[in-house]
Amino acid sequence: MNLILFTFIVLLGFTSYYFGRKKAYTIQSSNKRLTALPQFYGYYLAIWCAIPAFIIFSLWAIFEPTIVKLLVLSDYSNQGYLDDELNLIYEKTKSLSRGQFTGEITPFIEASAEKYLSLRSIAQSSKAVIVLSIIIASVAYAYKRISSNSRTREPVEKFLNAVLFTASLAAILTTVGIVFSLIFQTIDFFKVIPLFDFVFGTHWYPAKAFVRDSSEALDPSMYSDTFGAVPIFAGTFFIAFIAMCVAIPIGLMSGIYLAEYASSKVRQYAKPLIEILAGIPTVVYGFFAALTVGPFLKELGTSMGLEVSAESALAAGGVMGIMIIPFISSLSDDVITSVPQSLRDGSYAMGATKSETIKRVIFPAALPGIVGSILLGVSRAIGETMIVVMASGLAANLTLNPLESTSTITAQIVVILIGDQAFGDPKTQAAFALGMSLFLVTLCLNIVALRVVKKYREKYE
Amino acid sequence: MNKSKEQLLNKRYKAEQRFRLYGLGAIFMALLFLTIFIFKIFSTGYSAFQKTWLIVPVTFDAELMMLEQNPSNEDLQDADYYDIALKSMADLDPNANEDQENELKRMVSYFFEKEIKNELLNNPGLIGKTKEVYLTASDDLDQVFKGNYPRDLPEDQRRVSDYQLKIFDQLVAKGKVESKFNISFFTYADSREPELAGIASSFMGSIFSILVCLMIAFPVAVLAAIYLEEFAPKNRFTDFIEVNINNLAAVPSIVFGLLGLGVLLAIFHLPRSTPLVGGITLSLMTLPTIIIAARASLKAVPPSIREAALAMGASRMQTTMHHTVPLSMPGTLSGTIIGLAQALGETAPLILIGMVAFVNTIPGSPMDPAASLPVQIYIWAESAERGFVEKVSACIMVLLGFLIIMNLFAQIIRHKFEKKWS
Repeated sequence: MNLILFTFIVLLGFTSYYFGRKKAYTIQSSNKRLTALPQFYGYYLAIWCAIPAFIIFSLWAIFEPTIVKLLVLSDYSNQGYLDDELNLIYEKTKSLSRGQFTGEITPFIEASAEKYLSLRSIAQSSKAVIVLSIIIASVAYAYKRISSNSRTREPVEKFLNAVLFTASLAAILTTVGIVFSLIFQTIDFFKVIPLFDFVFGTHWYPAKAFVRDSSEALDPSMYSDTFGAVPIFAGTFFIAFIAMCVAIPIGLMSGIYLAEYASSKVRQYAKPLIEILAGIPTVVYGFFAALTVGPFLKELGTSMGLEVSAESALAAGGVMGIMIIPFISSLSDDVITSVPQSLRDGSYAMGATKSETIKRVIFPAALPGIVGSILLGVSRAIGETMIVVMASGLAANLTLNPLESTSTITAQIVVILIGDQAFGDPKTQAAFALGMSLFLVTLCLNIVALRVVKKYREKYE
Repeated sequence: MNKSKEQLLNKRYKAEQRFRLYGLGAIFMALLFLTIFIFKIFSTGYSAFQKTWLIVPVTFDAELMMLEQNPSNEDLQDADYYDIALKSMADLDPNANEDQENELKRMVSYFFEKEIKNELLNNPGLIGKTKEVYLTASDDLDQVFKGNYPRDLPEDQRRVSDYQLKIFDQLVAKGKVESKFNISFFTYADSREPELAGIASSFMGSIFSILVCLMIAFPVAVLAAIYLEEFAPKNRFTDFIEVNINNLAAVPSIVFGLLGLGVLLAIFHLPRSTPLVGGITLSLMTLPTIIIAARASLKAVPPSIREAALAMGASRMQTTMHHTVPLSMPGTLSGTIIGLAQALGETAPLILIGMVAFVNTIPGSPMDPAASLPVQIYIWAESAERGFVEKVSACIMVLLGFLIIMNLFAQIIRHKFEKKWS
């Protein structure tokens, strides 16, 4: 039904475009000067036809279910049901009306199912009637305006401009959506768990929060020592640190080599090859870390008499470092190439060798940009999920030994939220609180990094 | 004095050499990782494209199948194939006791009944006759045949018994074990049994999510880019939008998963585990990438084009829509494809919105529950069965293949259609 109405609106839109243009031609043939190109007459009519209809159509689609629900449940209003019970009754009603109900059918529910169906059909037909009459009214209005040969290009372009502007709001809406989805759960979480315990507690054991009888009221004291995020924050930064230990030397040196030493031929092939590393999906790195690097390190450790966990922080961090190499190498390559040639020439003229020029002149000049690229790399390492989920441990140990397993913010979010979630449970809320801290940390890193890079670019451009 | 000067110079030249070597070494390391990586994936994965079949003689005994004289097609559909299937496996060793018969049955996949049924449905004239039928070998025997399974382990640590190995070796000696191209890997949905697991369901899931992502992200991103590049006044608000876009491009993907869970599932009640929700989540993630690419390629269109159009009396909207945007399309499209390739490889947000559910049917629309290729890799990698290891690598090969094709496509569009202004 909705689909038919939708196609109908679209078809009417196209027809009115056609009629609008035709009207313009008739005006033209009566030797009057048009105020715009003929197709603008068509667009004008089509917009007037389709847009009001779509607005009504979508408003209806949003509010219809709620209103129908209110009307159906009004029969039960004075019988002292709880909200949850009412919801259950409504779900039963709906499934009965679809013929999928398997439980016991009471006359009450049968009556509501009938009411539900009749309300739905009334709603459907009235929707069709209202939408069609809106179309007729607005098209008639627009057609009258066209006939009098009034302006059509300006309104059409204004409309397009509004569409473009709305689209550009999408980025803001996404950010708002992220903050919105995180903040309520996070606030609820901190109502149960004090912020102090979360930030300074050293025990993370969210599974404990599940071992409770749901009939009991929430008892905050039960959760002391359950949601202390220190081990997780420590693990996150520790693994990111290991990753950067791999990524910074290799990435930076290859960036320098590509920018300063490599012949254009080497550059042409080596650069895209290294960038392949950035294009490999992280789940593939995770598989590689879990299946190849982890066991390899364990065996290597055993042969040297060291006890290495198969899910060591070293394996996850090392593989993550490989993943980050191309980010650092390409960005630092860009940054170094944009250092003005005059600085190099000056240094060479003083008799410095190439490496001395790089170390003493170019590197300091390019430093802000390089720092920016490293910060972006760190932010990526902190937010990386799949490698850690697959290759690092899931239990949060507070350790600084790279051979033991640790856990990270992202891994804990996945562990908590995989499978079914119960919203309103402190464990689920904990995942959102972790997500919030992840978002804030990476946001700060990104803002600083982007600022630094931008400032640097402005300096030399 | 002179000598020390020379020494100093030598030292400096040596330092120069060393520094150069470090750089070369770094590039070498990065490329070495890449090589190891690809070698490892291919060497573990190529065998998954072969599947081991046991060729077993099956007697289509009408009595055992409860079939009457001249059965119709429907009778054949409803006939009982389990007994003849069981019997043909048991007949491999005439002296087998009951336990051993059970072990014989486990040498093939649990689809063996269906495979025998299909054989008869394709050729109803077989009733009462004996024919050799190809049956899918169990995944452990499959691994044994491919040489991935250590046979010298003690029996209690192996999943294949000595007895099964003995019979299997006899079959191999008789030439009744064959390895053929594994079509079912591409046509079957996911399964708990490695020998029957395929990527069809997750492949369709990926396609649907990417399509949804494309349909949402592309128009919105292009429109937004046009506004920001061509129409937006330079003020605080547009600066804010710009900062926002750059930040969104660097937000960890898992945060988008939380957004999908907290808004799309919890508030809008969209169906869980579906490519629809996955696609919407991915589209929010790809949005900034496409906007940035589209803006860059709009910026690359020289102002002379716009000035010429304006001089001919076109309005700003006409100039943009008729001249600037079409000229910027190659860059925008290649940016879009690269963004989609990123989205195709994304796993974490999809896990959070429930696309890890076990799905053993092939989804027919974006509203059906499904996994996606990277999530399938994750699911299989977490499974204990040995047979899944090669499947994971094979699935990775398929995924990487797609990413390479998409990136090549983006390159081709860029080089073929982009105008060089100079």
